[in-house]
Amino acid sequence: MPGVGAASLLSLAPLWRDGGARVAAQGAQQGASLLRMSTDIVPEIVLAGGAIVVLLYAVFAPRRWQEAAPVLAFVTVAAAAVFSACMLRGPASLTFSETYARDGAAIWAKLIVLAATAAVVGLSVPWFRTDARQGEYYAMLVFSALGAVLLAGATDLKQFVISTLLSSTTGFVLAAYHRRSSMAAEASIKYYLLGALTNAGMLIGVAYLFGLAGSSTLSGLKQGLPEDNLGVAAGAALVIVALAFKMGAVPVHAWMPDIAQGAPAPVAAFITSAPKVGAFIFLARLVLALPDGLDWRPLIAVLAALTMTLGNLSALWQDDVRRLLGWSAVSQTGYGLLAVLALGRAQLAVPALLFFLLAYVLGNVAAFGVVVELRGRTALAAYGGLARGRGWLAGALTVSFLSFIGVPPLAGFVAKLALFAVAIDAGYTWLAVVAVINTVVSIFYYVRVIAPAYFGESERPAPVLGHWAGLATMAMALAVVVVGLAAQVFLAAFADARLFPM
Amino acid sequence: MLTAAIFTPIIAAVLFALWPLRRQQPAMTPPPPDDADPTPDPGAEAPMATAERALPTPGRPEEQLLQAAATLVAAVPLALLVASWIGFDSTGGFEQVQTLTWIPTLGVSYRVGVDGLSLPLATMVAFVFIAAIAYPVDLRGRAGSYFALMLFLEGVSIGLFLALDLFLFFVFWDLSLVGMYFLIGAWGHGDAARSALKFFIYTFSGSLALLLAILGLYLASDPRTFDMAQLIRQQPLSGTGVYASLVFLGFFLGFAIKTPLVPFHTWLPPAHVDAPAPASAILAGVLLKMGTYGFVRILLAMMPETFGHYAIPLGVLAVISILYGALVALAQSNLKRLIAYTSVNHMGYVILGVAVAGLAVSGEAKAQSLALTGAVVEMVAHGLITGALFLISGSVLARGSTYEMDVYGGLAERARMLTGVTVVAAFASLGLPGLAGFVAEIQIFAGALGVSPPLAIIGLLGILITAALFLRMLQRLFLGPLPVRWRGFPDLTLQETVVLGAMLFFVVFIGVAPARLLDVIDSFARPFVGRI
Repeated sequence: MPGVGAASLLSLAPLWRDGGARVAAQGAQQGASLLRMSTDIVPEIVLAGGAIVVLLYAVFAPRRWQEAAPVLAFVTVAAAAVFSACMLRGPASLTFSETYARDGAAIWAKLIVLAATAAVVGLSVPWFRTDARQGEYYAMLVFSALGAVLLAGATDLKQFVISTLLSSTTGFVLAAYHRRSSMAAEASIKYYLLGALTNAGMLIGVAYLFGLAGSSTLSGLKQGLPEDNLGVAAGAALVIVALAFKMGAVPVHAWMPDIAQGAPAPVAAFITSAPKVGAFIFLARLVLALPDGLDWRPLIAVLAALTMTLGNLSALWQDDVRRLLGWSAVSQTGYGLLAVLALGRAQLAVPALLFFLLAYVLGNVAAFGVVVELRGRTALAAYGGLARGRGWLAGALTVSFLSFIGVPPLAGFVAKLALFAVAIDAGYTWLAVVAVINTVVSIFYYVRVIAPAYFGESERPAPVLGHWAGLATMAMALAVVVVGLAAQVFLAAFADARLFPM
Repeated sequence: MLTAAIFTPIIAAVLFALWPLRRQQPAMTPPPPDDADPTPDPGAEAPMATAERALPTPGRPEEQLLQAAATLVAAVPLALLVASWIGFDSTGGFEQVQTLTWIPTLGVSYRVGVDGLSLPLATMVAFVFIAAIAYPVDLRGRAGSYFALMLFLEGVSIGLFLALDLFLFFVFWDLSLVGMYFLIGAWGHGDAARSALKFFIYTFSGSLALLLAILGLYLASDPRTFDMAQLIRQQPLSGTGVYASLVFLGFFLGFAIKTPLVPFHTWLPPAHVDAPAPASAILAGVLLKMGTYGFVRILLAMMPETFGHYAIPLGVLAVISILYGALVALAQSNLKRLIAYTSVNHMGYVILGVAVAGLAVSGEAKAQSLALTGAVVEMVAHGLITGALFLISGSVLARGSTYEMDVYGGLAERARMLTGVTVVAAFASLGLPGLAGFVAEIQIFAGALGVSPPLAIIGLLGILITAALFLRMLQRLFLGPLPVRWRGFPDLTLQETVVLGAMLFFVVFIGVAPARLLDVIDSFARPFVGRI
């Protein structure tokens, strides 16, 4: 937690200047307030501590005990999730000198990221079982989840920079975890180069905004940024592009299909899900902090339209299911941007955004889970007749794809309904129409996978990986159905969720 | 009671879906799909001329047991709906309403009920499903999933007609598409996967237009709600402003594709031809009605002012559908395509009746309510008649493995039962007095003549052409000399006879004694038209 660490160091600084008993009293007071503030970040502390424990275990435990590393990682993630869930009851507030939020949006984002991470741990168990370096993998995975979580809670530009870098750096490593695979190397190099480019831009953008506002917190930006200023526009654009990279939005989306295809399949499930959640939440916070004179909505609208259209058109004739999933993930980002667009104009914008993220992450991890469980089989032709021998997996794939299309009563349907509604409500009916046309187009490629799975024939049931991956996949697919049916539970909770700086 | 009618088949469907996993896996090699060759060489099969032709295999005992069980489950909603008829009071409003909060944040609730429009339709739907499920079909070794899909479709279709909440309506609308997609794709013949995809893409595009329109209506309502009764009371959008017209367009597209109206009908012929016969019966008997039902339930009831403004163009489209459907059907040599195009023609009658009923004229309320009643009767009648015709086409395919009518001839000599039911169904479809189709069409045209004579007169031509094409169909199939190769042509089995006989019994029954049905529909149509 470097950002938090910096903040606490600053608050301790007076200790050195003053002397005597007053200092001791003040120090105790400072310590007490630090302690109080740290209760706001218990899940983050648990994740950081747990990741370190997993790392130390991986380094020192003998090889035959390495298989306990995923258990440690899972316990860490579960504990963080429990602490996060407990925080839902408390009041929404900013903490650590307004650099970090404990609001509903951040906590729900945490829960979504942690659910995805827990499922990915399950997917990874059989996938990495024979890998000698599997212990470190789980440490890296938990650190990456921490990065996404911190990103969702950040309300400060410096905090944003640090969490983005944490999430990206671990992502690069995870993507290239199969060192001998040239596909993985190519994918992660692409991911790294685009990431480095956009992260460099991000630093410049942050510097601009910081300089113009005189403050790096989002509430400071809201008050301090000049109304009509080219520098603000340029700085904001650079930061938005960096976020677009994390989300896989145009113009820096190109890594997503490569990662989906080339990275280890469980990692692909993670990287196309978790960082997206954090990036979406921070993007929402950032646009709300921009001055009213700066009309950011047209920019987001164009990005949304381009992202969903490009993603869908590119997915159309893919004969590689993992690559198809990657492009589908790009197009889904486009739909999600509808909610960002409606922030401040439609009442349901925040619930729509959170529900979309939930539905997307569950469906995405379920779809990649099927690929993992099928030992990473990726050729479209190899999915023919899947339903005959592997009915449950075909079912999970179908549920996930139908949810992406938006077929009721699955989670994706409620998400799309809410997205369309807020877009129309915000005065962007044309974009809702574009989204609808895109949805129709997307049916083609989803059905290209589903139809042969049911209507085709196969010689014998496809070989599968192991029951942990199957269990995680089924849990995610089941969640897609349950969240859709029990949409009210989540929508009501999301409707109460605050999103600073609103 | 209504809720039970919706969810009994859906829950049973889950059980059926789980069944084959345990029972059918060992040593179950599915028979190769015997694809129908669309253009067989008439002389090619001569060698097997006198051999007794194979009937659809009755299936293993286990499959027959599953079919019997599925038929029994399918009968439960019908029984419940009959009970609902007995308790129906004809008050003109929604009755027997059941409500359950579902997503209050969005103003969504689970709400079902019946009125004079939905009750007859839902009952017809339940009946057509029993017939379709009980009809023999090549199961291709997947009996469990076939009956599961059928029962699932029955539940969602009945749910669609009983839903009193737009959100719920849309949920059932989309689920019916998904169910039908798998039914066509997995048990169809010919280029089934492609036809299924075409069906899915077309109707799903329509349903997304519908979704946008529903959202448009929802956002205009105050307080925001998806409750149909409230929306009908609120009339959130009136007039012909851009917003109202766009919402109208969205609904129109959704329903016109599903109905289908020309020029949105191109998905229908391939879907019908390649679907298995029971699925065709459901597609024509049930799914098409969803479109026409939407025209009445949503467009006419919730936006009457806008509807009145666009009623004439809609009526023109309906007349075009009537003529186009009839003419194209006349030109068909493929039995199933012919029946499919007569569906386009018949849906034209329905929409003509609805358009006339919604036209903004004063002093013609009686004629308008007559047309609306006729349109609803036509929906019921078409469901039964065309359902029966499609099932018959399935029997013909199973015996002769082609739909080409020119290959047959003189079958009356060999297959008396088949000839009898086909003649009744065909005459009912062309509107012979004493059968259900007549009751519907006489009212539609009587009403239309009172309100808009030109549309009615041009539309009447359609009836003429339909009569010609059905007589030609009967002639080609059953009259003339019997070709040598059909000497072993088997007649209908008992199972087929019973199912078709039951369907045609109701066709005759509605034709002879329509009073109770008309009373119930009138309870909806009369006050409804008067209010506009």
